[in-house]
Amino acid sequence: MKIAVCVSHVPDTATKVIIGSDGKSIDPSGVTYVVNPYDEFAIEEALKTKEQLGGEVVVISLGTDANKESIRKALAMGADSGVLLKDENQRDSFGVAKALAEEIKNQGAEIVFFGKQSVDYDNSITGQLTAELLGYNCVTVVVDLKIDGNKVIAEREIEGGREVVETSLPVVITAQKGLNEPRYASLKGIMAAKRKTIEEKEAAPAENYVEILRMKKPAPKQPGKILGSDASAVPELIRLLREEAKVI
Amino acid sequence: MANKILAVLEQREGKLKKISFEVSKAASEIAEKLGGEVEAVVIGNEIEGVENVGGYGISKVTVYKNAELDKYSSSAYKDILAEHINNSGNDIIFFGNTAMGKDLAPRVAVKVNAGIAMDCTALEIEGGEIIATRPVYAGKALIDVKLTSEKKIFTLRPNVFNPGEPSDAKAEIEVKEVANPNLSERVVELKKSEGKLDVAEASIIVSGGRGMKGPEHFHLVEELADLLGAAVGASRAVVDAGWRPHSEQVGQTGKTVSPNLYIALGISGAIQHLAGMRSSKYIVAVNKDPDAPIFQVADYGITGDVFEVVPAMIEEIKKLKES
Ligand SMILES: Cc1cc2nc3c(=O)[nH]c(=O)nc-3n(C[C@H](O)[C@H](O)[C@H](O)COP(=O)(O)OP(=O)(O)OC[C@H]3O[C@@H](n4cnc5c(N)ncnc54)[C@H](O)[C@@H]3O)c2cc1C
Ligand SMILES: Nc1ncnc2c1ncn2[C@@H]1O[C@H](COP(=O)(O)O)[C@@H](O)[C@H]1O
Repeated sequence: MKIAVCVSHVPDTATKVIIGSDGKSIDPSGVTYVVNPYDEFAIEEALKTKEQLGGEVVVISLGTDANKESIRKALAMGADSGVLLKDENQRDSFGVAKALAEEIKNQGAEIVFFGKQSVDYDNSITGQLTAELLGYNCVTVVVDLKIDGNKVIAEREIEGGREVVETSLPVVITAQKGLNEPRYASLKGIMAAKRKTIEEKEAAPAENYVEILRMKKPAPKQPGKILGSDASAVPELIRLLREEAKVI
Repeated sequence: MANKILAVLEQREGKLKKISFEVSKAASEIAEKLGGEVEAVVIGNEIEGVENVGGYGISKVTVYKNAELDKYSSSAYKDILAEHINNSGNDIIFFGNTAMGKDLAPRVAVKVNAGIAMDCTALEIEGGEIIATRPVYAGKALIDVKLTSEKKIFTLRPNVFNPGEPSDAKAEIEVKEVANPNLSERVVELKKSEGKLDVAEASIIVSGGRGMKGPEHFHLVEELADLLGAAVGASRAVVDAGWRPHSEQVGQTGKTVSPNLYIALGISGAIQHLAGMRSSKYIVAVNKDPDAPIFQVADYGITGDVFEVVPAMIEEIKKLKES
């Protein structure tokens, strides 16, 4: 069974966002890039699926040379090979999905893992777009997964509960925290990753449907009121919530 | 060419969700500003009160009906919507940015070849085009985007587009029976977290952090939440410690929320936590450290001990309810 996992390479969640000189994206200086946090759950699930079903795990990332760092991390965790789809330009999720779908088809992967969301643009759509382009089934925001022969049973998080979804291979799964505990790369894994190949190819060009006009900072909040340092401030707090904010 | 705008409504267990009214109102406002017609569509089985979206500016709703469609099925819903959009020639389509909308909108986008802007928090018209504002980097920045494709899909963040008071108008309803829905993906069971309100939908959230000192003290957070009709939230520190379930986690790798009131109890306000809740309308913080970063976003703060302040809040609200 060929298993694919798609990873994005994103600014660390502790990044302080400073708007860059183009006024449309962040200033990358001093920013640390990491594997997208949700993609760690995707990588772990791909490895567990391989342990269960046998086969091979290929890691795919679209972006610049820098993305190799995230591919390398997945290889160190235990993935077998990597593909970097090179593109120096920013593309929208549709464009990313088109190139990923093409490569997944090339690879012949029938089980594909994504993170539920990239923590940069927070789109939460690349997995679904890719699935639809491939004509694969898809379950998003998955916290529990069982694959039995051709049958797939996945639990997804929704407002106020979970949905149990039944579907079949080929399938795209987008991983949510809670699906598993990502393993740490062992020293041996890190050494082995150095010998694994990362194939590099140009990503097929795609048209962008989303044009970013500008990036801006949210309006700063008015400094709040400190009402006191103990329980005696509570009546005033409740009064303000009722009379000033009118929220209770 | 006049725009043909579509609002995709959402039902759960036969009832329209609140987001349906928000999406209806936003879609009809855009239709008014941009010129064009607006209609709505909903998929399910027996659905109550669909005509009420008339009060939010929708004149007609198409209901796609089949007993199997009572529960969500991505495959069936996307096929039905894509066919509806292609047949009616809709060029601007609005969804709620809910668990269903996030799952469904991109699938439909591929089928009708539409550009897509997710999780919009504002819609403006500039030069006859919709400019959508959406948070990125978990709300640390915003981008304004324009879709350049012929068909355009926008998903709207819940709780942001205020539907206001409805008028008495009722929408015309056309019911279409669906013959053989494509059930290659289908929900076979809905597991509800019993009686609990979800942070993603609540208009008030009471969240506890490591300052609550242990799971055994969360009854204070729960009691305050109950009195306010609020959902219970949590910081990642307490979720990682196993004190609370992940479904309650607020923040960059938890849920992004924008309730009317967010009460943070014993939460320091790390950048990843703020990312998930800073767009709340009002924020209250109780923390004994006056330098805690949560106070930088709080509208009202008390720099005291949660074990003194929270019981006092509970008492005060009880008094209020009795008076
Ligand atoms: C990749 C990544 C993703 C993350 N995602 C999230 C996320 O989604 N959500 C999230 O919340 N965090 C997230 N974090 C973690 C975040 O950085 C913080 O560690 C976390 O939010 C801290 O939780 P806390 O405020 O409960 O605990 P602490 O930071 O330990 O704060 C406890 C606070 O309680 C106060 N306190 C203690 N005792 C009392 C008392 N008796 N009365 C009043 N106050 C008291 C203290 O002064 C302190 O400010 C993420 C981190 C990383 C690296
Ligand atoms: N450039 C990329 N290369 C590979 N995978 C990606 C890329 N961008 C997004 N993804 C995948 O799509 C998921 C959702 O991303 P997004 O739709 O951008 O929020 C991520 O968690 C990744 O698994």
